[in-house]
Amino acid sequence: MTVFQQFIIIGMVVLGTVLTRFLPFLLFPAGKPTPKYIQYLGKVLPSAMFGMLVIYCLKNVSIFTGSHGIPELLAIFLVMALHMWKRQMLLSIAGGTLFYMLLVQWIL
Amino acid sequence: MQTQTQTIRKAFRCAFPHTLPIFAGFWFLGLTYGIYMNVSGFPFWYPALMSLTIFAGSAEFVTVNLLLGAFHPLQALALTLMINARHLFYGISMLDKYKGTGWKKIYLIFGMCDESFSINYTARIPEDIDRSWFMFFVTLLNHLYWFSGATLGGIFGSLIHFNTEGLDFVMTAMFVVIFMEQWLKEKQHISSFIGLGCSVVCLSLFGADHFIVPSMIAIFVLLTCLRRPLEKGETVQ
Repeated sequence: MTVFQQFIIIGMVVLGTVLTRFLPFLLFPAGKPTPKYIQYLGKVLPSAMFGMLVIYCLKNVSIFTGSHGIPELLAIFLVMALHMWKRQMLLSIAGGTLFYMLLVQWIL
Repeated sequence: MQTQTQTIRKAFRCAFPHTLPIFAGFWFLGLTYGIYMNVSGFPFWYPALMSLTIFAGSAEFVTVNLLLGAFHPLQALALTLMINARHLFYGISMLDKYKGTGWKKIYLIFGMCDESFSINYTARIPEDIDRSWFMFFVTLLNHLYWFSGATLGGIFGSLIHFNTEGLDFVMTAMFVVIFMEQWLKEKQHISSFIGLGCSVVCLSLFGADHFIVPSMIAIFVLLTCLRRPLEKGETVQ
């Protein structure tokens, strides 16, 4: 591939990404009232999306081979426990991550 | 009365701590991505340019393969639309929140990656902080972290050796926390369960590389079918 062709490919990926991000805002502009159904989706979608993102992060964890997803499970429990205890975002995230690194580097 | 500069400074100070986990995650992933580009034979300004203009992690990793293969621009476009389809749902969720943010709106939408969306949607922004500047800085800082990580990875490439195994868990931990924050805020958890359930089922059916679009369709169909009971729940409580 020539450098020019590579730029076209990169341009296509930019275009695709920008389209997925701008489309809802173009279809439902701020000046006009948003349809009730879309308003409803806007309210209920985030919870489902956050659930999907958690699974998305874990998509390459294999339950049947390697460490069977045990370090991930333990670390997620710690994140949840820390967050329920102090509800300090940074503490929960840092605690869980350090614990996970320890698990995969030293123990499992 | 606050001056404009004070407003901006306050919003920055408030936004910065929210982005710290993303700094760790993006530097790690960005470095990995830059190194991957480097060992694939691309000079450092490729990851620099791509992290700046594309700013969508998984799509950029895939682009490396596209650049190494045959020239198929339409295929590249179609693939990107599939990988990034979830942004459509982020946009629908942010229609209200990004309203009235003026010129910043264009950049907020351009930089709406998973992480910017999640923080900007869930953050409890104090009353005295300017919302539009807060969200602007969250997006801008995320963009800078990703860009600097990818560029450094591209420059130093395979010279980097330090034991970071497991650091990528920072992203998982962040999304778990964001999921919990939303859980604590919402009146009913049906939508959260739908998101988790559909994704798990589709992941086991379609595998790690192809489960996002089927999950989105399943989530969309279920939420549409459950509109009446879910809306009723909103007004009853």
